[in-house]
Amino acid sequence: MTKLYDRTAKTLLTAALVVVCLLYVFPVFWFLMSSLKPGSELFSYPLTILPKTATLQNFVEAWSTLDFFKYFKNTFLSATLTTAFTIFASATCGFAFAKYDRKWLRFFFVCIIATTILPTEVIMNPTFTVIRVTGLYNRLAGIIIPSINTATGIFMFRSFFLSVLDSLIECARMDGASDGKIFLRIMLPLARPIVMILAIFSFQWRWNDYIWPLIVLNDPDKYTLQVALRSIIGAQNIDWALLLVASVISILPLLLVFIVFQRYIMNAGATSGMKD
Amino acid sequence: MTVKARFERNKWPFLFVGANMILFVVWFVVPALLGLYYSFTNSDGNPGEKFIGLANYRELFADPAFYKALGRTFRYIIFQVPLLYVVSLLVALLLSNPKIKGKIIGKIVVFLPWCISGIVTGVMWKWLFGESFGFINYSLKQLGQSPVPWFSDGNMAFLVVVMAAVWAATAFNMLLFMNAIKNVPATLYEAASLDGATSFQKFWHITLPAIRPTSLMVILLATIDATKEFVMVQALTNGGPGTDNMFIVQYIYTTGFDKFKVGYASAVSMVLFMIILLVALIQLKVGGHQND
Repeated sequence: MTKLYDRTAKTLLTAALVVVCLLYVFPVFWFLMSSLKPGSELFSYPLTILPKTATLQNFVEAWSTLDFFKYFKNTFLSATLTTAFTIFASATCGFAFAKYDRKWLRFFFVCIIATTILPTEVIMNPTFTVIRVTGLYNRLAGIIIPSINTATGIFMFRSFFLSVLDSLIECARMDGASDGKIFLRIMLPLARPIVMILAIFSFQWRWNDYIWPLIVLNDPDKYTLQVALRSIIGAQNIDWALLLVASVISILPLLLVFIVFQRYIMNAGATSGMKD
Repeated sequence: MTVKARFERNKWPFLFVGANMILFVVWFVVPALLGLYYSFTNSDGNPGEKFIGLANYRELFADPAFYKALGRTFRYIIFQVPLLYVVSLLVALLLSNPKIKGKIIGKIVVFLPWCISGIVTGVMWKWLFGESFGFINYSLKQLGQSPVPWFSDGNMAFLVVVMAAVWAATAFNMLLFMNAIKNVPATLYEAASLDGATSFQKFWHITLPAIRPTSLMVILLATIDATKEFVMVQALTNGGPGTDNMFIVQYIYTTGFDKFKVGYASAVSMVLFMIILLVALIQLKVGGHQND
């Protein structure tokens, strides 16, 4: 009797999971399949889930008409540079928060916490003024520099360095190493797992970021993928064949990152909120 | 302590946080103060603004468009946050159940939207729900139902926005819940089983109280995210039809950048900031004694 009950429960729960998976995967699947359909098939009834004649023609066309390489390059460049700076700045800052007991540091830590409740979205206009005054308007540096400071990155390194024993630093100091050397030679190599996780997340945040490019970039030559996509959506008549393909291309790099680092990402995400 | 000793003592920590301090001042303190200042002026974004006292705030509190945007944002929070909470928790419970097979695949599939930006999420759901060309209306027609005006009806468009947002945000919240559920001591469940508790009783009396800190965190983060919802909606409905689904951040953006009413937009920003601060303080009050 219990066995029968167990098996029914198992079947029902597994069925529920299948339904959940279908609900989550379908929008993506339908989108990918549509991007493989030739333009003529996109709107012709009856709609079929799988393309009748799958083609990569749309991709070839989009790549050449949209100057995709440029957007790709801009996005990649700003995402990787910001990530490199973010890692270094967060590591040093997190280290200082964890290993030095100073009043002014404690005050600055509260300041960093405060940044999480006043996001840039809320103060876009004054931020734009600062962008113009600092001469960063319309430059890739304008989306890189303001994005370097992230509370999440600092918190991650801080909690990691809190777990490192103080005696390690004391010993190195006795041997005459400067604090800078201790950080670079001992601490940063120790924190390699955090560097790795923050690298993945920071890259994702920057690749998908829309707010900063929206405020800073005006020249289509400087556009990142997200703003370029928005300009296709903003058109009077949306060119769906182009939009589908362009969107799919913009997802591919992150999909690759997710497939390769899937275990890391989900383990790290489980322990922290992971917002930029 | 002499000046020199004090300098020596603080040299390294200062070098370590110096860059972050400069960035914090330039990209957080200055814009925040500038926003506060603008909110008392008639600024149009160009130099030469005049101080006009509380005029922007007076205009704002008498402006139906402001109340509409604010009301829509509240309505969005009231629908989206609880739905996201329930869905994330249910999916996490499902994926934590030892009886089920294929949990790894389930976890990957639900986490998939993490790769997808707000803009592309909007495009994806627009494509799915398109009134004359979308798969959903096509399927409804095949089933003999009449197609639904997903984007020309304000409430339907709102529904699509809520669904898309929940779909996109389940990923991390589900992970947080799974982690919390994993950390509930198994002995509690065993003892409850001996006392003959049902699955639901175990969930209600053991799981739910044990994951309370995670619940509070998920609700706080989701509320702040919902308050500043902007990007995905830009791509999905652009606040439409008309301004029916224009939330507060988009309202700030259009008044500030399209209509050049920077002073007025900054006043809205300050009000919004106060609201977010209040939400964070309430959360601190409710959950403070539990979090460290």
